[in-house]
Amino acid sequence: MNGKSSTLALGSAAALLVAIALPFVIGDASRLNLLILVLMAAQLGVAWNLIGGYAGQVSLGHAAFYGIGAYTSTLLLLKFGINPWLGMFAGGVIAALLSLAFGWSCFRLKGHYFAMATIAVAEIVQIVFTNWDYGGAAVGLTIPMTHDGWAWMVFPDKRPYYWIALGLLVLTLAATAIVERCHVGYYLRALKDEPDAARSIGIDITRYKQIALSLSAFFTALGGSFYAQKELYIDPGSVLSTALSIKMALVSILGGIGTLFGPVVGAVVLTTIEELTRAGFGGSGRGTDTIIYAALIIAIAVFYPGGLIGGYRAWAGRRSSRRTARGYEPQAAVHGEAHARDEALR
Amino acid sequence: MTAEILLQTLASGVLIGLIYALVAIGLTMIFGVMDIVNFAHGEFMMLGMYASFWMFALFALDPMLTLPLTVLMLFAFGVVLYKLVIRRITNAPMVSQIFTTFGLMILLRGVAQFFWRPDFRSIENSWVSGTVKLGAFQLGRPQLVAGAGAIVVTLAVYFFLHRTKWGAALEATAADKEAAQLMGIDSHKMFALAWGIGAACAGAAGGLLSTFFPIFPEVGANFILIAFVVVNLGGFGSVAGAFWAGILVGVIEVMGGLLLGPEYKMAVVLVVFLAVLMFRPQGLLGKS
Amino acid sequence: MSLLELHAVGKRFGGIVANQEVSFQVDTGQIVGLIGPNGAGKTTAFNCVAGYYAPSAGVITLAGKTISGLPPEACARAGVGRTFQVARTFTSMTAAENVLAAALLHHKRVATAREQAARWLAFVGLERLAERPAGSLTISEQRRMAVARALATQPKVLLMDEVMAGLNPTEVREMVAVVLRIRQLGIACLIVEHVLEGIMPIADRIVVLDRGIKIAEGTPAEISSDAAVISAYLGDE
Repeated sequence: MNGKSSTLALGSAAALLVAIALPFVIGDASRLNLLILVLMAAQLGVAWNLIGGYAGQVSLGHAAFYGIGAYTSTLLLLKFGINPWLGMFAGGVIAALLSLAFGWSCFRLKGHYFAMATIAVAEIVQIVFTNWDYGGAAVGLTIPMTHDGWAWMVFPDKRPYYWIALGLLVLTLAATAIVERCHVGYYLRALKDEPDAARSIGIDITRYKQIALSLSAFFTALGGSFYAQKELYIDPGSVLSTALSIKMALVSILGGIGTLFGPVVGAVVLTTIEELTRAGFGGSGRGTDTIIYAALIIAIAVFYPGGLIGGYRAWAGRRSSRRTARGYEPQAAVHGEAHARDEALR
Repeated sequence: MTAEILLQTLASGVLIGLIYALVAIGLTMIFGVMDIVNFAHGEFMMLGMYASFWMFALFALDPMLTLPLTVLMLFAFGVVLYKLVIRRITNAPMVSQIFTTFGLMILLRGVAQFFWRPDFRSIENSWVSGTVKLGAFQLGRPQLVAGAGAIVVTLAVYFFLHRTKWGAALEATAADKEAAQLMGIDSHKMFALAWGIGAACAGAAGGLLSTFFPIFPEVGANFILIAFVVVNLGGFGSVAGAFWAGILVGVIEVMGGLLLGPEYKMAVVLVVFLAVLMFRPQGLLGKS
Repeated sequence: MSLLELHAVGKRFGGIVANQEVSFQVDTGQIVGLIGPNGAGKTTAFNCVAGYYAPSAGVITLAGKTISGLPPEACARAGVGRTFQVARTFTSMTAAENVLAAALLHHKRVATAREQAARWLAFVGLERLAERPAGSLTISEQRRMAVARALATQPKVLLMDEVMAGLNPTEVREMVAVVLRIRQLGIACLIVEHVLEGIMPIADRIVVLDRGIKIAEGTPAEISSDAAVISAYLGDE
């Protein structure tokens, strides 16, 4: 156990150093932008994973938090001149507060119903923002480049954006790692596996799901604010769409739901696929990339519910006799009655 | 707002509500029998619309004529989809189930866009085009026919479920899968049947809609959300519930549009949805 | 001194009366067996004590404090530990982690909880299986792990629901030994059991339920010769 985690720590530190140094090596702006997209997708995936993976509550409406983050920091900036760093934090807090209302009313809903409720909420938020003139309605909001530099999070060059995106990812990963290793992590795994048994050992299920959701909402909103500062333009279609919600969930599921680095792996793979298909087939508006994307989702869901990391672990587990215990085990979360049946037959 | 406008709106709400009911009946059957929410259900409707459209555009066959064919095609499609994909996830973790049907939703939309382009299509001058005057009201004939058609199909499904042997087997599987298996009912056959009928209902709705509604790859998007609402309001698994809830949702939608403006139609429906989810999750007509 | 008290506890589900006027108590360090034919309402009574149901009538107190109507997690914090009929193992964790999760109730620091978990696993004789995925343990091992898990919450009373069902004689003896060790710690035990050879020899008192009401209470010797009990079982076994 100790050997494994120090290798992991060393590996992560090395990867981080490389990541920090990359912008000095890569001169091409579009390549750098691609890396930024990967970092952003990864950060959102890690944030989603807190509620979708660790707590087992699949949200298909996370774009609502993303959009709230983007709109909060942008409106605070445009209407009150508030610094976007502060605005970003404020957006996170507001998203977390809103998630409290959502959790309180919806956590008692079972899996599918919860997912549907998240879709409904995200739709409502999108409709509201599309018709809210103060927030720009369908036209959207533009951030002028009157101030730039680190104080105002606006840069003519891509590199500082890269480092901020990297910083956000590291922050979100750190938060997840802390959750994973402290009592919250154990409680989340317990309530995901067996809610009744979790309650019998003193776990207040709603409270811990809410912790996961609020953290998830907070970090997702940070990502939204960052997007606004990078693109300098937001509208309901770009920050509140269902497609975004799906992507946030997909990145985690592809890479390995409920694992720390799963979403990062998923983000790399997904963004690569998107770029390849866009370069190879896209642009003609035929939507071939969508088809490949969808086929991938189905394949993962049907054959590799543990994602790429889960698949790797299963393969590694078969090679050596050492059993894997951490992370999402596909056979664990089987439908209740089938589980009981298996138990009785064992 | 005059009484006439109110009644006119109500009538149109009932008519579109009947279509919602038909789509939702398919969804609720699938859920009732196998506990899976089919996120791709709107796409069955979309495919029904396109089937109807292409038979009209290529062979000049009226949608009313080809409706039975559309229904059969979608039934077969539903069964095939079950056998190829859904069968593998009947016992999978919920995340897998959600993402499989979700993935199918995106896949079917993508395929439709690939083959038929994102352009809006419509069927002009079918047998049922035009309007009908009923006293002070003017209602579209296609809408009236669609509403009537929805009632007919609903009755057919209801009859099937309650008066035939297959229907009884389906209900038994929905009530208690293991007990039904012990009585010799093959669950997988029942699941395939449920998917077939579910797809057929949505396909029928699509065929009926095709006479007056624009046809494009993403058309299922709003319908699936409304179908969820209807299924939830009517009680998961209840066909009768879905029928009445569908009409109710149709009325709520158009009334919401009348009172708050058409941009907010969907929001009104969704707010009602959330309220019911929170305070009466078994639906307005379901049992605790 | 009495620890867990049920006063005229009743539970109905719609028209069905699962428990009616059930009263008994469990004293500190006592083993009380709860027996009765199928459908007698034993697990319902359990679920009322552990907070999964709120009783329709009556009161349940633990160490003088009313716990009836509290949710399960509050009952756990008050000192009620329980196992389930079907093991309900946390399958995404190792055996040690299962117990660790329970130890966190009173030891929020993971390192401390881990030590406690090791202690309780050793207590039930499973220390060599600590790092195995919990789902890979045999039924008997999972049952003992569930007991260790419940013990890690430092309960005042431990509710065990048919822990000996389906075990072979050796496994029954192992479980009996564990229960006796628990009594030595001063933890009260309320045990629902069908395997009478397991519970009769160790119980201090036996409470018998039939069709929702208590029909007898006494020492194992008294119960095994009680006419009402025998006729209740004859219809069943």
